[in-house]
Amino acid sequence: MDLNYSAEELAFRDEARAWLGANLPAELREKTERYAHLSKDELLRWHRILAKKGWVAPAWPREWGGTGWNVVQRYIFEEELGYAGAPPLMPFGLAMCGPVLLQFGTDAQKKRFLPRIYNGDDFWCQGYSEPGSGSDLASLKTSARRMNGGGGEHYVVNGQKIWTTLAHYADWIFCLVRTDSGTSKRQEGISFLLMDMKTPGITVRPLILMDGAHEVNEVFFDDVKVPAENLVYEEGKGWTVAKYLLGYERMNTGRIGESKRQLAYLKRYGAHLMQDQRWRDRLSRIEVELIALEITNLRFLDRMRRTGQPPGADVSMLKIRGTEIQQGLSELMLEAADPAASDALSMAIRKRYLSMRKTTIYAGSNEIQRNIIAKSTLGL
Amino acid sequence: MNFDYNEEQQLLADSVRRYLAKGYDFEARRKIVAGEGWSADAWSQLAQMGLMGLPVGADHGGFGGGAVDLMGVMEAFGDALVVEPYAPLVLAARLIERGGSATQKNALLPAVVEGRVKLALAHGEKGARYALDAVRVRAAGNKLTGEKSAVLGAPVADRLVVSARSDAGIGLYLVERAAVEVRPYRTLDERLAGDVLLRDAPAEPIGGGLAALEEAMDFGTALVCAEAVGAMQFACDTTLEYLKTRKQFGVPIGTFQALQHRMVDMAISLEQARSMACLAASKADAERDARERARAISAAKIKIADAARHVSQEAVQLHGGMGMSEELKVSHTFRRLTVLAREHGDADHHLARLAAL
Repeated sequence: MDLNYSAEELAFRDEARAWLGANLPAELREKTERYAHLSKDELLRWHRILAKKGWVAPAWPREWGGTGWNVVQRYIFEEELGYAGAPPLMPFGLAMCGPVLLQFGTDAQKKRFLPRIYNGDDFWCQGYSEPGSGSDLASLKTSARRMNGGGGEHYVVNGQKIWTTLAHYADWIFCLVRTDSGTSKRQEGISFLLMDMKTPGITVRPLILMDGAHEVNEVFFDDVKVPAENLVYEEGKGWTVAKYLLGYERMNTGRIGESKRQLAYLKRYGAHLMQDQRWRDRLSRIEVELIALEITNLRFLDRMRRTGQPPGADVSMLKIRGTEIQQGLSELMLEAADPAASDALSMAIRKRYLSMRKTTIYAGSNEIQRNIIAKSTLGL
Repeated sequence: MNFDYNEEQQLLADSVRRYLAKGYDFEARRKIVAGEGWSADAWSQLAQMGLMGLPVGADHGGFGGGAVDLMGVMEAFGDALVVEPYAPLVLAARLIERGGSATQKNALLPAVVEGRVKLALAHGEKGARYALDAVRVRAAGNKLTGEKSAVLGAPVADRLVVSARSDAGIGLYLVERAAVEVRPYRTLDERLAGDVLLRDAPAEPIGGGLAALEEAMDFGTALVCAEAVGAMQFACDTTLEYLKTRKQFGVPIGTFQALQHRMVDMAISLEQARSMACLAASKADAERDARERARAISAAKIKIADAARHVSQEAVQLHGGMGMSEELKVSHTFRRLTVLAREHGDADHHLARLAAL
């Protein structure tokens, strides 16, 4: 048993850390550290710096720009990104649509979309949730009817998506749509469709969350005409595609590096409270939980590296604990802030507490994650 | 980075598990507990497997194993709720090996390895709670006077390692069991313990003071962490089994989401605890900086204590009335986890220690 990284892994981490130290623009890092809003240009600026270095999509195959790193190296790199205070890389293209196209896309689709995702030419968003379909995603109703004529085979899409993150920045959206409403199983009859956000009939309406930020949207589809070539995989097999994405190697789900940075910041920011035993003990308990999660994450990685098996329901555990830790840290930050202060940082810290409540709800609520573990790990 | 036991560690853990499954099952354990509280037969079986030699160096016929080598064994002990006074022997043997004279070591350690001599560590005192330096037993000349409390294994030990205070500070001493009075009792989890009364008891000093004691207690804490993980694994396994077989309202109760989610949280607590047990054992063995070692051990014990409480309480609750019954092993696992959560310091103690480091 050896809990330490190997000399090669440490050298890799040091290389990544040194490069990030030299190439992460100070103004982006400071904005991230101070919980400031990042514009589309700022998000893309960082995306393109990584793309130029060849490190923006490490998990992709080499021919499409992947780095060839193993799972441990990829994990180390993602943790270093979080720890360095790099702006988030939007997952919709790099970690969602990209992997789907790599697995299920036609050659033409890969050539058309992958380089543009890689280089940050197209900004993607995800159209899954609907007003009536949250945790029960398979009940989705947005319809796509296949039609012929009037410019070749195409689908006509009608319906509504909701909670669509950064749809107002997006050039493209990938959607789960119902192409057949007459199937016996609800999971059948769903298809995975790519749409240009500029297509007539698509309307984006902001949904302002309780922190006042415009991050998510409603997206309405009104007789939207989508070329049939934008269907990914087979018609009616969209659920297979969506499930593949759920099992995709996302070993950064726990966001350990990011939380380590928040913890270090919290210790500095809340230094005046360290003599308060009640506050300090709460901090210690979160720190202990984070140490345990990091080791748990490494144990899963180690197993994955040896067995070659995808992480499966392990990811659910990392998501549950990781988000609980993120929320706990944001709550302690809220308490560390001077109740009499109204400066920008103090206000941002308070709003961040509001915003972080989303983490246990999004990407499969923590209750859904528990259902997944109960079913697939415990056999209940 | 590697989280597996090596081949030797795995083989040892497997053979201990095999033996316990056969010779130390719940019924066998019940008989031991109802009788003397330990089993000479089990002790000699474990000695034959090499367990007594595990903490002792090769110079004295042992294997020189560390906490990681002991992890699999302690997990198996936690699973089977072993009551044999093994961990006290490990800690006392380590202290003798590290601080004893050549004569002391030659006289004792080979006999320990063979299973002929049992040791215990007499440190705790009433009112001291978990503070290591709250030692009031006095050493004058080579005689000890005072009282040690809750000494695990004391009733059956041949020799005791006793902490005592002299004008030079806290020191460690070797005392014959026959030279002291032991008032035996059983702990909440049915282990043999005793209060030890020393009245001018003849003692041989061994090297090492508070720092050695602290190192030994950190090592012991790592063992407690592993033992607790074994007990929690059993608690989770048996509760899951119960959820799948117990029927109410015409269906297995494991079909109810309220119970499923609680079971999932138990499983998560167990995984997190296991990770910290790995950390504790690794640091107990490899960390040369006492402060870093103490930080890791205390962090681990906080998590283990919290997880032991959570898992044991939920295991009983999800078993319903059956969880309260002393006929079911899970209630005994609850008792063991309740004790382990406090052994070598509860969560509050380690939170305070972590903050002071």
